[in-house]
Amino acid sequence: MRFSLWLPSLMQIALLAGGLCASPAAFSQEAAPVDLPTSNMATVRIAYLTQEVEHPPALSNLDEPPADEGLAGANLAVADNNSTGRFLKQRFELEAVTVPIDGDPAQALRDLAAAGHRIVVLDLPGETPGALARLPEAANLLLFNAGSTDDSLRNALCAPNLLHTAPDRAMLADALAQYLAVKRWTKWLLIVGTRPEDRLYAAAVKRAAKRFGAEVVEEKTWSEDHDARRTAQAEMPVFTQGKRHDVVIVADEIGDFGDYVLYRTWEPRPVAGTQGLVPTNWHRAHEAWGAAQLQSRFKAAAQRTMLPRDHAVWAAIRAVGEAATRTRSTDPAALAAHIRGPDFTLAAFKGVPLSFRSWDGQLRQPVLLAADRSLVSVSPQDGFLHPRTELDTLGHDQPETGCRR
Amino acid sequence: MTTARSLLLAALLAGGTLPALAETVYVSNEKDNTLSIIDGATLTVTETVKVGRRPRGITLSADGKHLYICASDDDTVQVMDLATKKILHNLPSGEDPELFALHPDGRQLFIANEESNVVTIVDVPNRRVAYQVDVGVEPEGMAVSPDGKWAVNTSETTNMVHWIDTEKRAVVDNTLVDSRPRYAQFSKDGGRLWVSAEIGGTLSVIDTANRKVAQTIRFKIKGVPQDRIQPVGIKLTDDGRYAFVALGPANHVAVVDAQTFAVKDYLLVGRRVWQLDLSPDQKRLYATNGVSGDVSVVDVDSLKVVKSIKVGRYPWGVAVKG
Repeated sequence: MRFSLWLPSLMQIALLAGGLCASPAAFSQEAAPVDLPTSNMATVRIAYLTQEVEHPPALSNLDEPPADEGLAGANLAVADNNSTGRFLKQRFELEAVTVPIDGDPAQALRDLAAAGHRIVVLDLPGETPGALARLPEAANLLLFNAGSTDDSLRNALCAPNLLHTAPDRAMLADALAQYLAVKRWTKWLLIVGTRPEDRLYAAAVKRAAKRFGAEVVEEKTWSEDHDARRTAQAEMPVFTQGKRHDVVIVADEIGDFGDYVLYRTWEPRPVAGTQGLVPTNWHRAHEAWGAAQLQSRFKAAAQRTMLPRDHAVWAAIRAVGEAATRTRSTDPAALAAHIRGPDFTLAAFKGVPLSFRSWDGQLRQPVLLAADRSLVSVSPQDGFLHPRTELDTLGHDQPETGCRR
Repeated sequence: MTTARSLLLAALLAGGTLPALAETVYVSNEKDNTLSIIDGATLTVTETVKVGRRPRGITLSADGKHLYICASDDDTVQVMDLATKKILHNLPSGEDPELFALHPDGRQLFIANEESNVVTIVDVPNRRVAYQVDVGVEPEGMAVSPDGKWAVNTSETTNMVHWIDTEKRAVVDNTLVDSRPRYAQFSKDGGRLWVSAEIGGTLSVIDTANRKVAQTIRFKIKGVPQDRIQPVGIKLTDDGRYAFVALGPANHVAVVDAQTFAVKDYLLVGRRVWQLDLSPDQKRLYATNGVSGDVSVVDVDSLKVVKSIKVGRYPWGVAVKG
């Protein structure tokens, strides 16, 4: 009984073209994929740009990161946009570019701009999106950062042509801090890895502690470079001895040691941060507010569960689709203006309407707090108030922004 | 008939008089896979019946003898005999049925298949799929006009009302509404369609004649953040006086003057109020509260919440039988 949804059969297209969409159950079976007709449909072209990365050897290497993390979110969002677009004679096209490890994302973006692309979703790490946004060729583009949690991109490295659907580390840490404040677990032992991004995560944790009345009673660096799998039971208890604390926070973005802290601490303490109780923009255990539908739609299309980057990319492309629906336009400039404007909201299966902050281009959104197999809570927590929206209690609020664009 | 006797007995024990209201309220419990049955006379749960997985939308058959239950995770619509509380058979509903509406002919059941972007029309007596219609992403709300000419579906991610001409068996028009439209109901005379937008936070009143939005109703409750106001279920009184709107996590039911479109009152109910139904005499409104796991009973004359009744986990749909 399932239709081939975003790959309609010729018969269905014929019916659609005539303004009819009825399909007798008799031919509702899977049909051969064909391209959508372009004749009377206006097209929105969206590019997706990512780069292959070399995954450093991590101790917790149980789950192989899927090669299409991010891209699978793009494919689903384009399909979602097209399902809506056919009612408005709008068609969405995706061009996905993957730069090799030794390739140059800047050149790839130049090539996309030269090919006429105006909307590009960047699924790139670190400060790369900020650098790309500054290219002369990017001046007239609308760029979405769906891959980097760097706070610098929302502050000193912000750019007027760059929006962010990925949360930044400050939002993640604030979301966790609010929950820990509600639990009254306000004394934190912070364990930080040696990689630069671990230190950025730790900085966000320390910032969050100050904002929400917690205290980092002690900070330690986990610098063991040997394989702790055989020795963690002996080492972690000794390592976690120290000042009295309620909870252990780990800053270990690649998952090198954080999982080995759980259940091995000197005191019986919960673990949170990059492992244990994790703040994230998306998690497979999230099913409220219609999320169950998105999860199963994604799973059917990608043959795996939706990951955080998938959702950030999906949200960026859906934002373009939503703007096209509301403005009835396919003009990139009109879409960009609407997305940045005060009337834009996005439904992204997070229980509240999402929108972009005017001061730094960040998508304000609830942050999930999840354990491996359960959703523990969603921040902002009740009682953390804000005159505009409670979502602005997470991350860089207007008065404290370092964005001067 | 044992049930009728026991209901009467319960009423006699409780009040010593005959039940003033003979209605029975059926509530689907989404996370319990059960149906709670409430006696309208005593306002107590008299029975809890096991049904299919993830029961959501429920509706009565035209003769009131059967209850149709969307068992979403079983990909079927179950038909329950209300006399015996046994499932008689399943209807071929398409994938993940969520909400549905019965055509005035009592034969055609219009079912929103949330995960496959289609509306499935089932011929109930023959238990066969009559046809399917492609709609937008995540079809949810379903309503059929009183004259049977229109069946409308709201799609949650496409943000449209799709107008299915029931003669042509096709979508002939689409009305864009606010974000995440969840529920639709026609006025008694069929002249207007009321549609709730959960994330948009609004209610759209659409003229059936031209299928354009005539009114957009907004809500504001003191002390409730604006983004918590998420309209879902709608019920209109037959006399055209009120529209009741369940506001989801705002934990209130809005009372809208259906003539002037002004919001008259907000009634505090349980947590995450979801779907609504009126008693056949229009004197009571029943509201399911998903998070608090209960049903609020509103007295329509006084616009007061008179009782809350504990039911199962995540009560979702509600249907009242006279």
